[in-house]
Amino acid sequence: MAARNPVTWLGSPTFPAAARTALDDSQLRRNLKHATGTIRTKRAAAVSELDDWEQLRLAGEAIKNEVLTRLDTYLVQFEEAVTARGGVVHWARDAAEANQIVLRLARQAGAGDVVKVKSMATAEIELNEALQAGGVTAIETDLAELIVQLGNDRPSHILVPAIHRNRAEIREIFRRTMPDVDAGLSDNPAELAGAAREFLRRKFLTTNVAVSGANFGVAETGSVVVVESEGNGRMCLTVPETLITVMGLEKLVPSWRDLEVFLQLLPRSSTAERMNPYTSVFTGVTEGDGPRQFHLVLLDNGRTSTLADEVGRQALRCIRCSACLNVCPVYERTGGKAYGSVYPGPIGAILAPQLAGDMHDPHAASLPYASSLCGACFEACPVRIDIPEVLVHLRERSVEAKGRSPESAAMAAAAWMFGSRARYEAAQRAGSLARFVAPRGKLSHLPWPGSKWTNARDVPVPPKESFRGWWRRNRG
Amino acid sequence: MADARSEILGRIAAAQPDRDGVAIPREYRRSRDYRDVVELFTERVAEYQACVHRATPPETIGALLRARGLRRIAVPADVPPDWLVDGIDWQPVEGRPDIEQLAGCDGALTGCALAIAETGTIVLDAGAAQGARAVTLIPDYHLCVVRPEQIVGTVPEAIAALPPTRPLTFISGPSATSDIELDRVAGVHGPRTLDVLIG
Ligand code: SF4
Repeated sequence: MAARNPVTWLGSPTFPAAARTALDDSQLRRNLKHATGTIRTKRAAAVSELDDWEQLRLAGEAIKNEVLTRLDTYLVQFEEAVTARGGVVHWARDAAEANQIVLRLARQAGAGDVVKVKSMATAEIELNEALQAGGVTAIETDLAELIVQLGNDRPSHILVPAIHRNRAEIREIFRRTMPDVDAGLSDNPAELAGAAREFLRRKFLTTNVAVSGANFGVAETGSVVVVESEGNGRMCLTVPETLITVMGLEKLVPSWRDLEVFLQLLPRSSTAERMNPYTSVFTGVTEGDGPRQFHLVLLDNGRTSTLADEVGRQALRCIRCSACLNVCPVYERTGGKAYGSVYPGPIGAILAPQLAGDMHDPHAASLPYASSLCGACFEACPVRIDIPEVLVHLRERSVEAKGRSPESAAMAAAAWMFGSRARYEAAQRAGSLARFVAPRGKLSHLPWPGSKWTNARDVPVPPKESFRGWWRRNRG
Repeated sequence: MADARSEILGRIAAAQPDRDGVAIPREYRRSRDYRDVVELFTERVAEYQACVHRATPPETIGALLRARGLRRIAVPADVPPDWLVDGIDWQPVEGRPDIEQLAGCDGALTGCALAIAETGTIVLDAGAAQGARAVTLIPDYHLCVVRPEQIVGTVPEAIAALPPTRPLTFISGPSATSDIELDRVAGVHGPRTLDVLIG
């Protein structure tokens, strides 16, 4: 049997259980509410500035669908282009294989340490742990990843993995873990960033191997795009002698021109900026500039089996902007760690169980219930992934897998979400609870009606108002 | 056992019986009727906490560097000679840069490939007057000269004009992070100060 896919964290409680714990943490909820509230407002402004936003979304959706339709052709084209420019392409069926490749390459380069720029793909395969076991230390250089790593913590957001930490907590982590940090370090964000700069500077200048992810790969040219803010990505991509990029199969776009769409969609959706501070594009190896060796690891790890699911495959369009997390009422309350995966929030609820590929696992099977199906994620998504549709589809699959009873999963989800019996009953009275399991009239697709639970109580009437409307008025 | 490559390609072929291509609707705007892209660029760069100056390069370069108290400046060997004003310890860089040399510099002076008004972005392509990527990364200060005719309006216009296989760096303001409570604060690993000189 294949090894367990580390995309979900071993031993994670089911989502409702983890959510209950998270809901008890009032500091966490305050930090999250502040952060997601700030970013939601900013994103709305950044998006409204472009009057062709919807046309950009439609183009982004179609480009990604085109890639998924002919993924094998584009991968081969990309491999040829990277190879022609002096890069070496490796293929990895799963996390273990990808980790072995990176470890072998790092050892060949004689590296005891590697510097890393934040990458979802390498977090997904737990590369750092695998390198450590092989005697190679991975140093995270993204500020938030560094906070997570130094705090011996788990990430809780795609873009801002330490979003659950406020400035005072970050100062404490730095004081405790950075050897030469100024004892008088304040909690001013610029000062904290300065401390990270000092801490990492030497490492950048002396480490021979860097590991990165990729935001996009251009099949036509073999170019790789890395979008970032701090300059740690640029350091990793230009200073060390050897660069190893780990890229999910689905990160491709067909042509150079397609970047004109994504370089507008991504920054405005993620950090809510017109443009992020730094975007690097590189193709293979360039004489006199940057690494002398470039390795690219193409990672499957559940992507091809996700591709085989006609409804679920749209999750592979995701460009990891995190907009869906920031607008999600469930995420805002529970935080990212409750999802038990590097992919939290609405996208995590549909991507993690599909990549994990095991609906018999109670934790993975509980993730599609981590949603109110309010639809805010779809509205925010720059590549128009219909997350509610996939959630409902995966709930069906989880029921088919017979790993758990749908009623218990849905009810446990309802209980934590509504927080109190009174609010839950109010929701039921409003007729909105039906939407909790059955969006857009798909009630018949679900095991809900006729089930024991439904028989014992009144069948919820069809909603008079959308769940989203109800939630907007009633959210705490 | 099949090798990883053929196994993955096989899985994709099996997953995707329907091979029809997808029509891509490109109804978004390629350009916008901005009246004055130089003005717009000036405004948008400034919003990133970069300092923008509109003046002729040779005179202004010296004044800017002196005002900031910067002496040792890395510079690509092929910048226009009249940029190399007196009173500065110029450190010419050619080919693969020496990282330690760059680390000893107070700043870097370069040109650019083009600039995007709508997003306040400078793009470097390691071409004329720009040097290798590390030049504008290691020193803590970057002074970038943008000629007015290098400024385009939109992202699609920029993508159409850029050479995809050269190393490209899109720079929008000084190095920054939003990792602490999602506030953008300037200054992590790249240059903490960015001066843009349009002229
Ligand atoms: S699903 Fe859409 S909104 Fe969510 S992270 Fe992916 S691209 Fe962004």
